[in-house]
Amino acid sequence: MKGISIAFPGVQALSDVDFHTESGRAHALIGANGAGKSTLMKVLSGAYDHYTGEIEIDGKPANIRSPRDAKTYGIQIVYQEVDTALIPYLTVGENIMIEHTIHGMKGKQFVNWRSIHREAQAVLDRLKVKVPSKKLVQELTLAEKQMVLIARSVSLDCRFLVLDEPTAPLSRNETEALFELVRLLKSQGVGIIFISHRLPELYEICDDITIMRDGRLVVREELARLPQQAVVEHMLGAKLEGQFPHRTSRIGEIGFEARNVFDEGKVNGVSLSVRKGEIVGLAGLVGAGKTELCRALFGASETARSELVLGGKRLRARSPHEAARGGMALIPEERRREGIFVDESVVLNMTAASLAKYSGAGSWIKRKLERFASDQMIRELGVKTPDGNAKVRNLSGGNQQKIAIGKWLLADADVYIFDEPTKGVDVGAKRDIYNLIAELASRGKCILYASSEMPEIMGITDRIYVMYDGAILKELETARTSEEEIMLYSTGGVMS
Amino acid sequence: MSGAESTRLSKNAGAVQFLYKYGTLITILLLIVFFGTMTDNFLNYSNIINILRSSSIVTIIAIGLTVSLAVGGFDLSVGSTASIANALVISLFVWHGQSIGVGLLVTVLFCLVVGLVNAFLVINFKIQDMLMTLATMFVFQGIALTYTRGASISENMILPSGDFATGAIPDAFGSLGKEPWIIIIMLVIVLLVHIFLTYTKHGRYMYMIGGNAEAAKLSGIAVSKYRLTAYLISAVLAGIGGIILGARVEMAEVNAGSPYLMDAVAAAFIGYSVLGAGKPNALGTLVGAILINILSNGLVMMSVPYYAMDIVKGSVLALALAITYIRSRR
Repeated sequence: MKGISIAFPGVQALSDVDFHTESGRAHALIGANGAGKSTLMKVLSGAYDHYTGEIEIDGKPANIRSPRDAKTYGIQIVYQEVDTALIPYLTVGENIMIEHTIHGMKGKQFVNWRSIHREAQAVLDRLKVKVPSKKLVQELTLAEKQMVLIARSVSLDCRFLVLDEPTAPLSRNETEALFELVRLLKSQGVGIIFISHRLPELYEICDDITIMRDGRLVVREELARLPQQAVVEHMLGAKLEGQFPHRTSRIGEIGFEARNVFDEGKVNGVSLSVRKGEIVGLAGLVGAGKTELCRALFGASETARSELVLGGKRLRARSPHEAARGGMALIPEERRREGIFVDESVVLNMTAASLAKYSGAGSWIKRKLERFASDQMIRELGVKTPDGNAKVRNLSGGNQQKIAIGKWLLADADVYIFDEPTKGVDVGAKRDIYNLIAELASRGKCILYASSEMPEIMGITDRIYVMYDGAILKELETARTSEEEIMLYSTGGVMS
Repeated sequence: MSGAESTRLSKNAGAVQFLYKYGTLITILLLIVFFGTMTDNFLNYSNIINILRSSSIVTIIAIGLTVSLAVGGFDLSVGSTASIANALVISLFVWHGQSIGVGLLVTVLFCLVVGLVNAFLVINFKIQDMLMTLATMFVFQGIALTYTRGASISENMILPSGDFATGAIPDAFGSLGKEPWIIIIMLVIVLLVHIFLTYTKHGRYMYMIGGNAEAAKLSGIAVSKYRLTAYLISAVLAGIGGIILGARVEMAEVNAGSPYLMDAVAAAFIGYSVLGAGKPNALGTLVGAILINILSNGLVMMSVPYYAMDIVKGSVLALALAITYIRSRR
């Protein structure tokens, strides 16, 4: 791929990016969020047709403008969201052979089930994947679904296989199985392009690396020549320092305590406490149970059990309604799905959790008062919006997140639980959000901050609980630990 | 994008926006002008009252449906609930000789039970509202039919025992089904629900739940409580629709409420497009119901056979939906 550029309204997503890889090698493509890795791979797989630049395969120009084009050149992609590409109530075999059924039937009208399952099983056997062809996809684990998608790719003409963050949701064992499969494909001459955020695992299977930053190519190198530290530096560019607010923490007595939090195998007996004015980090990799713990504490999971103490009093929070009334607030991870009302106005979103304050007798909403509070919050948070009537859908991710937080600031809770609050947020807004959280702590609020970004945890918290497999494995003091130590416990390691 | 191109685009968008906002009202206006010039009696006072009167029962039932739509639900059982209320209230008068107060009270209470059943099933089994209430629609229809033994109820009817029914329908009850009361009741209900949905925090919560139930839940809103409330309101309004229907014809016909379901659905969805609301709303539903009835009324006057009416109604609904959904895709 040479000189690839692509722009979306308001964003130059890729500028003049060169990328090349070879058959039979695994190529790591990495970069921070928003660096343009996924966009580049979408260009390669034909998801966009308005890019500029050239793509060559075997030295010959390849005109890829649609997914169909990409497939005829043998380029297959397995996206992170495996469920969007599979049909849950069909069998593994049908899912693998789906392209054949759609495009390969020619004039035939009847499906030959025996040959479908036979061929699908042959592919699975070749890949040494132990999933029966006749099993329904909805009964599979996430890792198995991924394997099925890879099998589908391989069953077609597959010369280059793009794996977009395949290991993010997988356990260690599942990841190992996936790598086994990747090595097998490599040996069969397939070129692998591997997108991941987890640096250590890249060294296990990748041969080359391309690092991107802000839509540009930064470096392309043989992976063995680039130590992990150098990779991180290239990814981050300028050092992150100065991003986090300086805090002089005045930490008071214990304000919030949770004991024996359980949620059906996802959270296994967690106990924790947060002091007033303290920011406590919940560290751990994706899938460690941080989100589940946050939801369980807030009463958002019907299967969760917990004993909560807030301000010295027992708090019953079997539903978010009860939790919010008791003085808790949760800023959820999936902002668009859980945090905001995209088709509604900024004002409505801002007062969503505190409407009772702005309504009088007979539940009548006092619009002026509501408007005033919302405008004030818009100014305080620096939300970039034309006015309070603008629909939240039209604002940027960072501004949406500020609104999701502002909603709870107006509600004036005692305990704030943040679940990955800076996910998908631009750098400027990130700094604003850190400042905001520091400000909350200085007002004596209890803050629980869940994040899988180690630098963030190190930068903003006073104390850290490291989660692994639904339980707290270790409690650390931020001033006396390091990213390496957190990472070690996050991966289930123990100090010898 | 060049400057000229973007102005052209925004002009187009402006036209679509205008059509979206005022399309339904313009349609009504055009229809009035059209029918007014094509027929002699369309704009007569008595005919205008006639249109409002025939809109009223549909409107009341559709307003209930609108409330269930506001929480992201869909109460398909409103027609059957109206049938039950219709049969129950008339039977209380005719079979049991009850007073108007008892008749209305018992009927409304029973409708609350109906709403409770709907809400319980929808909330607890987490089945799509439309499917669950499709099932209860049949059940309630069956209950109404079984209760009336598959026959209509009227004064002086012959009972299974061979005697004549002795109860009478109170005159006060009958007047509920005549103008001006029937129209006043409709307008009061529209106004109350409009105020409830737009100006109180409860209505705001309902729209939030309809917009994004998960975000509403995580904002600390008692989602189940409001969904329950919505289904109770829906059932009670459907019941009132059935009661008014009984008052208007002074008898209970077999399955009298069922035909109102589809008109109510159409009115509520046409209502989405009124003034660009883009969501279920009481005033829009009223406009939707009136639009449908202007069409029926005008077409009848122009001697279009009644059995062809559904073609027109369906087409209008399709048009309103198209306008609403084209915009929401932007």
